[in-house]
Amino acid sequence: MEALDIIKPENQVFCKSQLMTDTPLSYCPGCGHGTANNLIMEVIDEMGISEDTIGVAPVGCSVLAYDFMNIDMTQAAHGRAPAVATAIARTWPEKYVFTYQGDGDLAAIGTAETIHACNRGENMVIFFINNGIYGMTGGQMAPTTLEGMKSSTSPYGREIASMGSPLKITELIANLPGVYSVSRHAIHTHKHARKAKIAIKQAFENTRLKKGLSFIEILSNCNSGWKMTPNDANIWMEENMFPYFPLGDIKVEGKLKV
Amino acid sequence: MSELKLMKGNEALAEAAIRAGVDAYFGYPITPQTEIIEYLMNERPEKRTGMVVLQAESEIAAINMVYGAASTGKKALTSSSSPGISLKLEGISYLAGAELPAVIVNVVRGGPGLGTIQPSQADYFQSVKGGGHGDYKLYVLAPASVQEMADFVEDAFDIAFKYRAPVLILSDGLIGQMMEKVVLKDQKSRMTNEELIEKYGDWAVTGKKGRERNIITSLDLQSEKMEARVHRLQKKYAQMEKEDLRFEKINCDDAEYLIVAYGSSARISQKAVELARAKGIKVGLLRPITLFPFPKKELFELADQVNGILSVELNAGQMVEDVRLSVEHKVPVEHFGRTGGIIHTPEEILEALEQKIINNGSIRHHKTRESSIL
Repeated sequence: MEALDIIKPENQVFCKSQLMTDTPLSYCPGCGHGTANNLIMEVIDEMGISEDTIGVAPVGCSVLAYDFMNIDMTQAAHGRAPAVATAIARTWPEKYVFTYQGDGDLAAIGTAETIHACNRGENMVIFFINNGIYGMTGGQMAPTTLEGMKSSTSPYGREIASMGSPLKITELIANLPGVYSVSRHAIHTHKHARKAKIAIKQAFENTRLKKGLSFIEILSNCNSGWKMTPNDANIWMEENMFPYFPLGDIKVEGKLKV
Repeated sequence: MSELKLMKGNEALAEAAIRAGVDAYFGYPITPQTEIIEYLMNERPEKRTGMVVLQAESEIAAINMVYGAASTGKKALTSSSSPGISLKLEGISYLAGAELPAVIVNVVRGGPGLGTIQPSQADYFQSVKGGGHGDYKLYVLAPASVQEMADFVEDAFDIAFKYRAPVLILSDGLIGQMMEKVVLKDQKSRMTNEELIEKYGDWAVTGKKGRERNIITSLDLQSEKMEARVHRLQKKYAQMEKEDLRFEKINCDDAEYLIVAYGSSARISQKAVELARAKGIKVGLLRPITLFPFPKKELFELADQVNGILSVELNAGQMVEDVRLSVEHKVPVEHFGRTGGIIHTPEEILEALEQKIINNGSIRHHKTRESSIL
């Protein structure tokens, strides 16, 4: 049997979700966004809810998500996706609503909208892609940039005394009573991606059961912003981001994991 | 059943919103418009009509909630007062850019800064000259009575959905806080989701059932596409000027002098016209009901008839610029207005008219003519 006999659609284990459009991804090669987009679309497709799902993507690398996700989508102002999604979830309570936000968007300019949508326990899913940097604008310091990490606005490394500590907003959100489930994942290996997918499915399941807010943080590399090759960026992420932002469940069914 | 009631302007607007079948209100407290959200919360509109009312964490969140609901074709309303409207302007620009229908109410107070909680018309520029970033305009309705506070809610939504554009109701602390009798219309039922999808399914994001997906965005990274979007917006504004201009003429037929005033200033100026006529001075009042579109042609024509025009506003002189542009130097145009939350009296307005226009008329007229020749 030749290799080409095996490479057929029916034999594929991992492939592009049919809910992804054919538009070429605008994400940098090696970036985690494409995988995250794809995983969410896979879940929506497998659950058969693509006709009842409305996505909200605000400013940042995620702004063009509507070019790739083949579902109804609204583009929101920088940081305001949780407010936009709140109104959609409130006026269409039978729909599945999610936001797809980066760390600058969710944890800096949109902190108020994030915290309050979570605190109200809006029946929706928030996807938080944390790559520790502002990717779209070219690699500036984000609230999640690690101590000592270099960026174009912290060229000598993030200095805690003057720039503050990297913000663990996910842990902060987990403490709000309105939030039903919180977990942190990575997607750079198949093993990690499979775990993330299970969590994504559970999150939409929570929406179906009207459990309130599900929050999924996905750690991703930003090889362009970090000025590394994709592989080096993934290794750096494991060595530096995982210790500060540990993976796993933080809150399950309304209860904090200790 | 329509109903006659004695109400505050803010309350009348809130009640009219429920009766007009508005789907959602998102707001944040700020004086002098807080009665709107208080009234709505007290009325339990979720029980009366299924309308969603939510107190947002900020004016910014509230306008973005409006953006979210409007994205799905729902009738969404927000209200605030001047400093809060400044915060909403980014969201308003997004609504205009993404071509979404929505209604915003500004019960204006004095500024700049934290200013005062007293009435003002100092947000005229902000309302009609864009306010937020980019090439957009708002259709602006200026109520001059509690009755119009109620009536304009439905009118505003009609325009918003006709053009898929945000509409501003520009009130002020005087109209918002005063009590008058108001006839409230019958309760209209809210549109069902099925009706909404049938009507707005070609653009609203409601889930792509049985159709291609819809996208709401104001982003076009391709310059040609962005220019096409801007042109599409400008076409709407041109159509608004042609089809939806509103104004009222009072005692203009034989007028030798003209007052131009909107909203609360128009109410007070109406009395000033009466006082003037009692003294034998033939004064008329042109009240723009829409501030954009502005009654440019009517002013241009009236300028052939009158000897001078006084623009009466509760600000340091804003609409007067549009009046001057409209009359193209045919006659002198002066401004009179109080600021800081002080309301001008009819007597003050008449005195200003006599001093600035009637007594100075010939000199000013001559000068204006001269400069226009040069």
